[in-house]
Amino acid sequence: MKSKLSTSFDLGARTPSKGRLVAIVGNPNAGKTTLFNSLTGSHQKVGNYPGVTVEKVSGPLVLESGLVDCVDVPGLYSLAPVSEDERVAAEVIHGRSDDLGQPDLLVCVVDATNLERNLYFFSQLAEAGHPVVVALTMVDRLAQQGKSIDIPKMSNLLGVEIVPLVGHKDKGIQDLKEAIDRNLENPRVPNFDLGLPDALETKVAALRERLARIGADFSKTEVRRALLQPSEEFESFLRDFPEMQEAFDDARAQLGQEGILKPTLEVATRYQWSEMIERAVTRQEGPARKRSRTDVIDAFLTHRVFGLVVFVGLMYLVFQSIYTFATPLMDTIDSGFGWLKEFVSPRLESVPVVQSLVVDGIIGGVGGMLVFLPQILILFFFIAVLEGTGYLARAAFLMDRLLGWCGLNGRAFIPLLSSFACAIPGIMAARVMPDPKSRLATILVAPLMSCSARLPVYLLLIGAFIQPKFGAFWAGFALFAMHFLGLIVAVPIVWVLNRKVIKGKRLPFLLELPPYQWPKWRDVWLAMYFRGKIFVKTAGTIIVFMSILIWGLSYFPRLTPSQEAQVTAEYQAKHPGADEATVSQHVEEAQLANSMLGRFGKTIEPVFVPAGFDWRITTSILAAFPARETVVPSLGIIFSLGGEVDEESGNLRDALHEATWPDGRPLFTPWTAVGLMVFFALCAQCMATLAAVKRETNSWKWAVFMFVYMTALAYIAAVGVHMLGKAFGG
Amino acid sequence: MAAMVPTTLPFTQLRKGMQARVVAVSDDSSEQTRLQEMGLTVGTKFRVVKVAPFGDPVEIDLRGYRLCLRKTETRNFEIEALD
Repeated sequence: MKSKLSTSFDLGARTPSKGRLVAIVGNPNAGKTTLFNSLTGSHQKVGNYPGVTVEKVSGPLVLESGLVDCVDVPGLYSLAPVSEDERVAAEVIHGRSDDLGQPDLLVCVVDATNLERNLYFFSQLAEAGHPVVVALTMVDRLAQQGKSIDIPKMSNLLGVEIVPLVGHKDKGIQDLKEAIDRNLENPRVPNFDLGLPDALETKVAALRERLARIGADFSKTEVRRALLQPSEEFESFLRDFPEMQEAFDDARAQLGQEGILKPTLEVATRYQWSEMIERAVTRQEGPARKRSRTDVIDAFLTHRVFGLVVFVGLMYLVFQSIYTFATPLMDTIDSGFGWLKEFVSPRLESVPVVQSLVVDGIIGGVGGMLVFLPQILILFFFIAVLEGTGYLARAAFLMDRLLGWCGLNGRAFIPLLSSFACAIPGIMAARVMPDPKSRLATILVAPLMSCSARLPVYLLLIGAFIQPKFGAFWAGFALFAMHFLGLIVAVPIVWVLNRKVIKGKRLPFLLELPPYQWPKWRDVWLAMYFRGKIFVKTAGTIIVFMSILIWGLSYFPRLTPSQEAQVTAEYQAKHPGADEATVSQHVEEAQLANSMLGRFGKTIEPVFVPAGFDWRITTSILAAFPARETVVPSLGIIFSLGGEVDEESGNLRDALHEATWPDGRPLFTPWTAVGLMVFFALCAQCMATLAAVKRETNSWKWAVFMFVYMTALAYIAAVGVHMLGKAFGG
Repeated sequence: MAAMVPTTLPFTQLRKGMQARVVAVSDDSSEQTRLQEMGLTVGTKFRVVKVAPFGDPVEIDLRGYRLCLRKTETRNFEIEALD
């Protein structure tokens, strides 16, 4: 099993000496990821645990005795898991993870300033029966509180080696590496008495043995929890083994008589134990600061007025930066791909099919996706900084009430706000939400937020039909309204999703507010690097495939040379004196009309007529399904202007104004323009987003669901706008 | 002077700056056990640091750390105010 992991490291000839595995475990916010980054550096590998959306981060750890595999297990508060993250973490710790196997050593990260709660988890970890080393973090912050910890005494009480890590100094890391080496050689399994009632413990031991005999491997903690607090999962397991069921029923009955059948008994006893340890090992050496730095900052940042002002200001700064800083980079990428097209194109001129496939299909498709990379990197820079400082938790605290009533929670605000730039980083940012139900709901509505790729369509149509007729004020209002629409629609959708579609129990909203600290730049860079890498990987696989598919549909079948000549002749007869470029654009339009996509557009034109769209608009919409930003160029091709147009193009505006239905009525009224914008605001026309949803939810089911509901919504809304237009004589 | 008799109240009655103690917990579901696993066991003292701008959630200081939770999701906790 372990060899599978070791072979995945990209380290050339260096291979792990024995295939040993070290797992870093501990409470969230205890400094686990910072420690992991210090231990493994940038040779990390980010993937998913099989079958779930939980991220698996692993890397090589160089020790004196050779190389070992190191895995950063998701943070958890308890070995009785409630979320998917915690379930995966518990499986890794118990050695039940299929692709990792049993870790040879668990490095338990313990926050020195938060011993009681961290040791609560340690007490459960100890019962798993595996070798443990404790890495004690935040020792310097404890010193600021005027306290210190008696390390030898703590080591004695817990029965394991304890390595204090002081700040960012590498001294502690070196000590820890040496301790890992020692403990891999001579493992120490923690051993101490928690003080739980004997009557309970003998029953737990007996039941555990009986379970083992039928081949079911449960830890002491799990058996005790199952006994005291029957869970649906465990009870349904018991139903298959009537004898076990009976044994559990008997044990529960006896414990009930003795008055110790209380689910909270175990939790309370563990906390009594951890309080006892905390008192025994912590010494107050000097005066504590009256008011911590965090309290001083929070007096301002979570203030009911200033807090909100700062929050809005910060978010404005973040999104302004995403637009401003990203633009030059996006332009560079754009022109880079443009240059690539021009470089490649003449070299493939002899084979037009290959030329079009490579230039329009592959380079166009991948370029259209990679152009979002700067926005993604900038957004994740800010998220990593805000998370690293502890502000993200405060923002969730401030926003919870506003997002909570429809079934989301405070943590949803970053994914949703990010989606106004681009839904893909927004969907990826939903990883900050531990509750799977809220996370899924957030992912499913994130693409309703109006992303920057919709902007060109708005600018084109508002510029052509709203501004000339109603003036600049209403043009500005229309732009604002289009951005607001998605948000307004999202709220009732989340409400319905949470009640009807997304199954499962919702977890209570629990959020730790860690002390403020400076972000660790290494953590920030690594977070950006891995987010970017995942994104590029998606662009390189699924996007290439889909781009080729759509290209093929809009390219084949070609007109025969004689048909092409006929189209040219007809056009020249009608427009004597038309220059060569105009004629070839017209031929291009004829080619598109003749392609499978064009024919499809004509076939389903009746479907879109209720929304006031003809076959040309319909074909543009179809061509924009892979990526909505392609709609302006495809409107350009279809309305015979060639592919090289943008939203500022005056000619395209004129062409849209002049376009008519066969009976001579104008095709576009302001209502048609609004209907088309509403359609674009609500429709899931972005395969990169669908690919991201598939990746983040680990199933095509939700991607398909999103596509269907958004498309239906967009269609209904567009038809509604058209009907309103008719009613008001627009 | 007779000792003050502590009054129990629900979480929703908490105000900023209050010191309080958990007296009893009435729900045994696994979701609710998590609140106790975070340290809110019977007998635990805590301080209400702050109430969020729109009235919920609240930030409490317990066992040396800060936890934010919704009043509405802690209905089954009985609390007594300490001075």
